[in-house]
Amino acid sequence: MDLNILWFILITILYAGFFFLEGFDFGVGILLTSLTRKDVERRAIINTIGPHWDGNEVWLIVAGGATFAAFPHWYATMFSGFYLGFFLLLFALIIRGVAFEFRSKSESPKWRYGWDRAISISSFLAAFLLGVVFTNLVRGVPIDANMQYTGTFFNLLNPISLLGGVTVVLLFCFHGANFLSLKLTEGLRAKAHTNAKMYFTAALVFALGLFAALFFTKSAFSSKGLVTLILPVLAAAAMIVSRVMMGKKHEGWAFICSSLAVVFTVGALFLALFPNVMISSTNAAYHLTIYNASSSPYTLKVMSIVAAIMVPVVLIYQIWTYTVFKKRVKADAKGLTY
Amino acid sequence: MDIVVLSRWQFALTTIYHFFFVPLTLGLGWFVAILETMYVKKGNPMYKRLTKYWGRLFLINYAMGVVTGIVMEFQFGMNWSEYSRFVGDVFGAPLAIEGLLAFFLESTFLGVWIFGWEKISKKLHAAVMWLVAIGGNLSAYWILVANGFMQNPVGYEIVNGRAQMIRIGALLGNPRAILLFLHTFFSGLVTAAFFILGFSIYHLVRNHETEAFKKSFYLSALIGLIATAGVIDIGHLQGIYLRQVQPMAAAASEAHYETADPAAFHLIAGIDQTGRKTTWSITIPKALSMLYFFRPYGEVEGINQIQARYEELYGPGNYIPNVPIAFWTFRVMVGVGFLMAAVMLGALIIALKKFPEKIIKGSGWLVWIILLPYIANTTGWILTETGRQPWVVTGLMQTKDAVSPILTPGTVLISLIGFVLIYGVLMAIDLYLLLKFAKKGLINVEVDSIPIAAVEPTKKHGGK
Repeated sequence: MDLNILWFILITILYAGFFFLEGFDFGVGILLTSLTRKDVERRAIINTIGPHWDGNEVWLIVAGGATFAAFPHWYATMFSGFYLGFFLLLFALIIRGVAFEFRSKSESPKWRYGWDRAISISSFLAAFLLGVVFTNLVRGVPIDANMQYTGTFFNLLNPISLLGGVTVVLLFCFHGANFLSLKLTEGLRAKAHTNAKMYFTAALVFALGLFAALFFTKSAFSSKGLVTLILPVLAAAAMIVSRVMMGKKHEGWAFICSSLAVVFTVGALFLALFPNVMISSTNAAYHLTIYNASSSPYTLKVMSIVAAIMVPVVLIYQIWTYTVFKKRVKADAKGLTY
Repeated sequence: MDIVVLSRWQFALTTIYHFFFVPLTLGLGWFVAILETMYVKKGNPMYKRLTKYWGRLFLINYAMGVVTGIVMEFQFGMNWSEYSRFVGDVFGAPLAIEGLLAFFLESTFLGVWIFGWEKISKKLHAAVMWLVAIGGNLSAYWILVANGFMQNPVGYEIVNGRAQMIRIGALLGNPRAILLFLHTFFSGLVTAAFFILGFSIYHLVRNHETEAFKKSFYLSALIGLIATAGVIDIGHLQGIYLRQVQPMAAAASEAHYETADPAAFHLIAGIDQTGRKTTWSITIPKALSMLYFFRPYGEVEGINQIQARYEELYGPGNYIPNVPIAFWTFRVMVGVGFLMAAVMLGALIIALKKFPEKIIKGSGWLVWIILLPYIANTTGWILTETGRQPWVVTGLMQTKDAVSPILTPGTVLISLIGFVLIYGVLMAIDLYLLLKFAKKGLINVEVDSIPIAAVEPTKKHGGK
């Protein structure tokens, strides 16, 4: 296996890790305002992800940085081509990040209510945009012989990518509700159960619709054939098992299975792409591949060494933080960190 | 306006804005870690209260630094795609490593620090804050390795029109990057020291918690004096090295138009950019040679001679950055730097003299010294980044060739206006919160948190 393939796999892992981790905290963010109107309950919900969301978001930053370092042309073409999409994503991430920090810094209900709404809307927008971006990646976008995107912002907003956006939102809501059922107590826990079941149906229907649409129209899925459907089928199976486990009140298993569903979904997208990193809908000869878009072997080697040492270390201490906060969060004013 | 101009404005504004928050994060992290360690060692709850007080201000500031930092990473690809293609091989690596090695560390452990007060042991909790501070400063190193390459490219070769890394060691040991890092490390401490000093004065003048704020005052004066000396010292070394590797930027920062030996130093000067000369000046003879070579002679190449040399080397063109900007930002930065050293020296003397009542009483206006490091930090970066122009990577690629060719002015204008609006609003909120909690004073350890909303939002819009 050459280093280009290794880095494609590593970037897949980074995005899968990001979708898995930030996926549930985006989901929790979206659900925040719809689950309850009580301040102390909202604080409990935020505290389930409070210690983790920032570390989770770094997965995106590292995935972006790794794309830049390992496949500079991919990074350059995608980020300049999807300019306004990424601008909106940044906008959402900015609002979301400060909202978590600022929402409890005043006692005014208006202030808190406003920031809570900001958390929900920005989490929704970020999840939606990520869905749009990744759906467009596998559908292909107009790219010329010089690796330049030749479409406009509105090329990105086609029906299938919008479907992809909604699917990711629903999937994250499902995943987030599973996480909450694992982390909350009493009434909120029951609400999380109900939401997990509700979003399960919606997410499954939309996900099946999305993969069907990708398979029956021009995309990386349809051009490769049936083999690309293995992971989507596994993702759907994981979702179903998750739902069954939730029905049996095995919250841990339900969450593990929804995590697998998210990881399989991201895996499906990247496997369909491989060995391309961006698909040109203009001409197959203009695809960006793991070879023509990559850095030099020397850079890939250096980066491989760093990743081989650092990724396990990061995993160990991130897992440790989840063990520190493994207890359920009670919606009880005295025990909550504000 | 064209996309290069608009993208440059956007990059400049978002970078300057980002760097309002970064130095305080870098420096204040160390102070909070020190205070928490003192709490662990001495068991005195005052230190815990101080840790929480400065820690909360750290967090409000930190959030802004993080969210504006993501913008930086995305912008290289969004607005500067040709730059990204050209240097991604070399420049992307430190950015990716920054995330893996430093930012993960900082943000993961900060989450533990905020929420982990009762969950882990005191000692471990203090250790976590040290990891946060180390993570933040490590981040700065990697980012400055990337920036150092733009200033003084090393460890690469050009293959098929792209810069490729050939020696990671050269990149990591780039003297330009090391000096930038040390300068930034000390400016972080200086920024935090002035922040702490300023708000300690605020409370001492009002007779709030004098014991605790005297401790803060003393600690910030002590570290602040050492750090301002460090900043000035490293700054001078940077100037000397700048002349060697970016002579044009160095000459522009001194408005030194004609080669001279010995070279005189313009304290202030009028600059005629089109005529490429100074129109008037207050000058110290031989002083520029003295600054560069530590002796009263030595040739210092002038802007016009370097321009002629570059035209031969790189072809016809204008290789002179905006001289008035470089010249004046440099003077403001250095002037403020010396002023800060004087303030810190004065503060340390006041602390050692046991805070004479008379002096403390009349020093309420000194709260404004908090702004001094911000002026120096900002002018310093404006100097560094505009002094490098017209290059985006010195000698290798010009800024005008670095922009994403597919952008339209309208698109960039949308994002530029968007950033200005959101950043403006957030700055107002951030300042409001910083001032609110800075003025509020120490946190009561027993009632550990910000009070929970007395009234819960029940109506549709939650308001009263």
